[in-house]
Amino acid sequence: MSGLLKRLLGGDSETRDIILVLAAVLLLWEGGVRLFHPSPLILPAPSAIVAAFMETPLLFLRHLGFTLVMTLIGFGLSVVLGVALAVGIVYSRLLERTVYTLLVALNSIPKVALAPLFVIWMGTGPEPKIAIALMLGIFPIVIDTVLGLRSVDPDMLHLARVSKASSWAVLIKIRFPCALPSLFAGMKVAVSFALVGALVGEFVAGSYGIGFQILVAQGQFDTVRVFVSLLLLGIVGTILFFLVDYAERLALPWHVSQRARRERSAGHA
Amino acid sequence: MLAEPLRTAEAYVSLNRVSKTYASSRGPVAALVDINLDIRPHEFVSVVGPSGCGKSTLLKLVAGLEAISSGTLQVGGQPLQGPPDGLGVVFQRDVLLDWRTILDNTLLSIELVRKPRADERDRAKALLSRFGLGGFEHRYPWELSGGMRQRASICRALIADPNLLLMDEPFGALDAMTRDDLNVELAQIWQDTRKTLLFITHSIVEAVFLSDRVIMMSKAPGMIVDAITIDLPRPRRLAVRDSTEFSGYVHRIRHHFAELGIVKE
Repeated sequence: MSGLLKRLLGGDSETRDIILVLAAVLLLWEGGVRLFHPSPLILPAPSAIVAAFMETPLLFLRHLGFTLVMTLIGFGLSVVLGVALAVGIVYSRLLERTVYTLLVALNSIPKVALAPLFVIWMGTGPEPKIAIALMLGIFPIVIDTVLGLRSVDPDMLHLARVSKASSWAVLIKIRFPCALPSLFAGMKVAVSFALVGALVGEFVAGSYGIGFQILVAQGQFDTVRVFVSLLLLGIVGTILFFLVDYAERLALPWHVSQRARRERSAGHA
Repeated sequence: MLAEPLRTAEAYVSLNRVSKTYASSRGPVAALVDINLDIRPHEFVSVVGPSGCGKSTLLKLVAGLEAISSGTLQVGGQPLQGPPDGLGVVFQRDVLLDWRTILDNTLLSIELVRKPRADERDRAKALLSRFGLGGFEHRYPWELSGGMRQRASICRALIADPNLLLMDEPFGALDAMTRDDLNVELAQIWQDTRKTLLFITHSIVEAVFLSDRVIMMSKAPGMIVDAITIDLPRPRRLAVRDSTEFSGYVHRIRHHFAELGIVKE
């Protein structure tokens, strides 16, 4: 039986585990609802949620697409600006003392509380959504990249000085590759934060996106449609995370974590 | 203090009354005091001493990585301002870059300045195969043993054909057998290339086996207490360590350290 399942679900053991766990949760959920009949206002069954999605699939997908685009633009900007800022912070004492100190201080306040302010500044279009996604995403990128750029072995830097390398060569050939594992760790956090940011932007103001869909459904006490949106968000969030994870595997075949992963899967086979 | 016996006419590296002091929260700390040392061109000089005697600091000064506090320090007849030209350095840790193949790691010191030429790539391959790394050029550092990694880091130091090679306890982290192998290989490569070599170690046996001259240092503050010329025939093989002359040198150095209360006899 389990041999058959394994063959059905393919080779990668990690993917297989994830699918099995999700399937088990959905089965329990469906069984629980059929057994105990909670009010559909509180908890609809997975089958009812799928049915509600199938009624107006295009509507959901259009709004999901909007949220996704806001998330990706915000995330992309946070990576570009975050890495640039991190490089500046590592190479300039002034930026370190000002920008970095400020960023670390700001990081400890709940940034979603600033969302209404962005609506005042930028209106109800896509701009505040992107800006909030960017604001949430940039913190982990900057902080992790600074850490990574600084984690170069001092003897490696001594060697670079003996070779008379320019600071540009040291950045490109030594510091940046050395920081990539930290950058990817930051990106995994940032991509989820950017999605939260886009959603919060839609909650606060606007008439589009999956966040807006949740608000509308909530106003009508339409619990099933709230769950459709939540489930779609869960799927998108997971896919985004694994896309970054996949990019990391392609970019860092040499890193310890990837080597350990290869050894694990070799052991399973 | 021992001054004149160490001085020679045409030195490649010349330290004259060099001191190094670090600032600390409890005031200045003297790491090196009144160091006089000349290294002739093509000479193999080892520095032995207990941990914390400042021998690594001495290497960093000669490498131009740290500034001297007083005295004069010349390399190739020039007062030192930053790392001198024609310098190769090997540290205790191999610090190879994990994302570069062994060949690309070897070429790093060139690539940090410009694109390596085809003949330099061939040179790197020749160097690697000479150190028993032929066939491993396209492997990554994490696929190699500690001894092989350190061999690669020596190739990296030699790729630009330096005049002066500085080695800071390069075999300190290796097991005894690998260490013996690398001692023999280093003796061989020095025999062929005759680089001026400053070698830091805490192993008296290693220092005697490799060197023309062994400099002894004491700690707190770090200063030179003696220098012994090793007059053993070259090229040297491991068997030389069984000779009475060899044990004589080792004993003399150990005895001297014991008199100073640095090692127990």
